[in-house]
Amino acid sequence: MIELINISKTFNRGKPNEVNALHSIDLYVEIGEFLVIVGSNGSGKSTLLNVISGNIKPSSGTIALDGRDVTDRTDYQRSRYIARVFQNPLSGTAPDLSILDNFRLASLRTHGKGLTIGINEGFKYEVMEKLSLLEMGLEHKINQPMGTLSGGQRQAVTLLMGVMANCKILLLDEPTAALDPRSADIVMKMADKLTHDFNLTTVLITHNLKDAHTYGNRIIQMAEGRIINDVNEANKAKLAPTDLFGWFV
Amino acid sequence: MDFLLTAIIQGLCFSGIALGIYISMKIFNIPDITTDGSYTLGGAVTAIMFTHSLPFYTILPMVIASGALAGALTGFIHTKLKVNALLSGILVMTSLYSVNLTVMGRSNLPLRDYTTVFTWWKLLGDVNQNSLLMLVVFVGLMTLTIGYLLKTDFGIAMRATGNSESMVRAMGVNTDRMKIIGLAIANALTATSGYLITQFQGFADINMGIGVVIIGLGSVIIGETLINWLGILSVWKSLAVVLFGAVLFQLVLALTLSLGVDANLLKIVTAVFVLLIVGLPRLFTKES
Repeated sequence: MIELINISKTFNRGKPNEVNALHSIDLYVEIGEFLVIVGSNGSGKSTLLNVISGNIKPSSGTIALDGRDVTDRTDYQRSRYIARVFQNPLSGTAPDLSILDNFRLASLRTHGKGLTIGINEGFKYEVMEKLSLLEMGLEHKINQPMGTLSGGQRQAVTLLMGVMANCKILLLDEPTAALDPRSADIVMKMADKLTHDFNLTTVLITHNLKDAHTYGNRIIQMAEGRIINDVNEANKAKLAPTDLFGWFV
Repeated sequence: MDFLLTAIIQGLCFSGIALGIYISMKIFNIPDITTDGSYTLGGAVTAIMFTHSLPFYTILPMVIASGALAGALTGFIHTKLKVNALLSGILVMTSLYSVNLTVMGRSNLPLRDYTTVFTWWKLLGDVNQNSLLMLVVFVGLMTLTIGYLLKTDFGIAMRATGNSESMVRAMGVNTDRMKIIGLAIANALTATSGYLITQFQGFADINMGIGVVIIGLGSVIIGETLINWLGILSVWKSLAVVLFGAVLFQLVLALTLSLGVDANLLKIVTAVFVLLIVGLPRLFTKES
């Protein structure tokens, strides 16, 4: 589903502050795989995710999504495959728009935004049904501005919005970093459930080693722009949490 | 009371600017001051087409197209050439001065007794009342169009662009294109105000646009204050309140002048009035 071939990224090439964020990365993520990426700050995790989403153009190498070369496609052109949840709960939704409007936009991720009014009773019902999955009582608040929701609610809603349109890839960039433990738990469980239910290919970046241990069926560790550990499903199940802590010593 | 009627008519004429600024400033979050230029452009195009006796119904589409072009240019400079939005607007506004002068051929172009948008349908005997009626219909149609646009799927994408750019791009929207279209719409509306005012006052002048951006800004800020006070969420009500802001703004200015304030001080009165509406709510919210 996600195929990175020989991806390198250098920031500020030829300047004193040159940074080699990624060193010829080769990575293949299968359909339905839930990949967890761990690594210290500056190890290149976020750059990798941004290269997949198209927010950062790699210096060399090619990226294919769903078997199609998308190296020269911009982020908004790749959005037909990709749903994203950002670290900042504010980035994934539009705060001044109603929950309903946000969902409408999300449902059109893979379509053009036309000059017709798309919100009708059927659509409202669909959104309310989706929201009731969260069990946060949000299904009765669809006309409220998104900004009135808490950070945890917004992250959970962002996740749901991701699957409104036919998405294939879910990119989670530290989605729980700004959340309290309970909200973080809801968001992670939701991500796990959606990955299974919709057979998504999910990539999660996290600093929470407990989450890294609990979720996903493959884990890689990055350091200085390289993948230094790659543990598949069978071996990941055998990993103890302490083994993961050992990686960072 | 006649001056109040005139003020209301003027306010409605300026509603195009108010809606334009509402779109650029509130919806797209871009400080666009192409306004001064595109307003005069609308007036210049109107005047030159009238004096060349071109068919009346061709004038408005031409005005809208010219305003949209000016706005799109600002949008292009801002998004594609990565120039600061304020500077992009100033650049286009400045060059429009020459464009407007070239269009008109001289600095002031009076209209003789042409049939204008205010007189082409005579329902009421009183000229001013008839003007008001025509204007209400015109502004009503304009607001309906914009309101409908904002309610569509495209409109949701527009409203989200100024609100959370990262989210909108993740939703597959080309935000650069969206901003260019948005500024085009905003300046088309502004040019429409130029179209109305030129017909209302009976001439176009190269300096008619100086400081006109503050009228739009003032109207939007009055509108915004009311929107916050009343907790308005609906698109339709927001637009209506912005229109109300445009009329109220002119009424206040007219009342000030009627109290005997020197007309030379009109601009400073305008500025102080806008300062008051911006400043007072802030002072009050601090206390609460």
